[in-house]
Amino acid sequence: MKKIVIIDYGLGNLRSVSRGLEKAGASAAISSDQDAIAAADALVLPGVGAFRDGMEMLGPLERTVREQVGEVPVLGICLGMQMLMESSEEGGLRAGLGLVPGTVRRFPRVPEMKVPHMGWNTLSVPADEPLFDGVADGSYVYFVHSYYASAPTEHTMTTTEYIHEFASSVKNGMVYGVQFHPEKSGETGLRILKNFIEFA
Amino acid sequence: MPLTKRIIPCLDIKDGRVVKGTHFEGLRDAGDPVELAARYNEQGADEVVFLDITASKENRGTIIPVIERAADELFLPLTVGGGIRSIEDIQQVLRAGADKVSLNTSAVTDPDLITEAAERFGTQCVVVAIDVRANPEMKEGTTPVVLADGREVWYEVVTMGGSHPTGLDAVQWAQEVEKRGAGEILLTSMETDGTKAGFDIPITRAISERVGIPVIASGGVGTLEHFWEGFALGKADACLAASVFHYGEMTVSQVKEYLAGRGIQVRR
Repeated sequence: MKKIVIIDYGLGNLRSVSRGLEKAGASAAISSDQDAIAAADALVLPGVGAFRDGMEMLGPLERTVREQVGEVPVLGICLGMQMLMESSEEGGLRAGLGLVPGTVRRFPRVPEMKVPHMGWNTLSVPADEPLFDGVADGSYVYFVHSYYASAPTEHTMTTTEYIHEFASSVKNGMVYGVQFHPEKSGETGLRILKNFIEFA
Repeated sequence: MPLTKRIIPCLDIKDGRVVKGTHFEGLRDAGDPVELAARYNEQGADEVVFLDITASKENRGTIIPVIERAADELFLPLTVGGGIRSIEDIQQVLRAGADKVSLNTSAVTDPDLITEAAERFGTQCVVVAIDVRANPEMKEGTTPVVLADGREVWYEVVTMGGSHPTGLDAVQWAQEVEKRGAGEILLTSMETDGTKAGFDIPITRAISERVGIPVIASGGVGTLEHFWEGFALGKADACLAASVFHYGEMTVSQVKEYLAGRGIQVRR
């Protein structure tokens, strides 16, 4: 069975991520152990909370994670996806891991448009994207975020419309990021996790 | 397609069991919150709220295994409220698998808890529950709200299940909790709660139009049309209901079908 390590850097509700991966057929461990991360078949970088805290708390594990990039698939979820990008505006301009080209910006203030973008919204799914294999165009997934990623077209997998179009998932080689929460998105989300496990 | 409006069933849980009766057939145990939540999930609920009304402090821990099981079995967003008073309480509930916590009385008595929770766990997981009651005695510094019959009142924040008036202006308090980092407001009006006469539209709209974060309308829903009113007239981002779902008067799918027919965007 494929060993997926969910990187535990002290933030986030990891239980559903872990159960979602198990349900999709992998063994999932929540760990901050460097050896476990180095031995994983795939890594998941979860995250809720603030960008700065996330980067700081990931700090001690960053090198181990970087060594795995290109060797095994990596999936960033929500804040975890934003941390994969080059920089974020959250809390002043800050550098991210730079594993996917693009930046993270705050949604502009627009009357009657609430921020956080919270709830179920649709994905525009391209035909030839393996992470979204079996996921119909227009499928609903669950979002909760105040910042969004802006990435070059060739690194954007799906887009979603809220206030304006944004990259709801990104990729660069074996590094993938989803802004929504697949572990909270019912059958659609479980399918995406299953597809990710296939890459491992 | 835009962001959809949410329908959120709320379960009252005491000592780990659902306390309101249910009319679901085929449930192994009608008192099990996870089974009931699973049923709502199948019907298309967008989120589920577990409200822990356990009376004694010793039994407070009974909600934890319920949250753990829900997180293991259901892959939808889960909010837990009731008796959460400290950062440690919040951490415990989130660790068990909740996605958001709802702060009520503790937010009023200790507003710094909102700020600390938002800084520590992120804005997205802090819901502030605001219970309100109309106060007809206008006074300076409060926000006038015009009722359907033309009367002008202000809405006061109440705690302890509506029994304790706080003197706080509800609209201003809503703006304050947003400033402190709340990601969402769960608004319950004591004027309509339990009446089945519909949501309290004037205060729902007044707050929703004055804050930049989502507002969940709660209290008073009795018919399908009431849900439409909450969204279309009250400008709510989500509607919460308990008894109409528990007693089988309507299903989440019926509500959504109805709303879609009246032009409200819902996930189906």
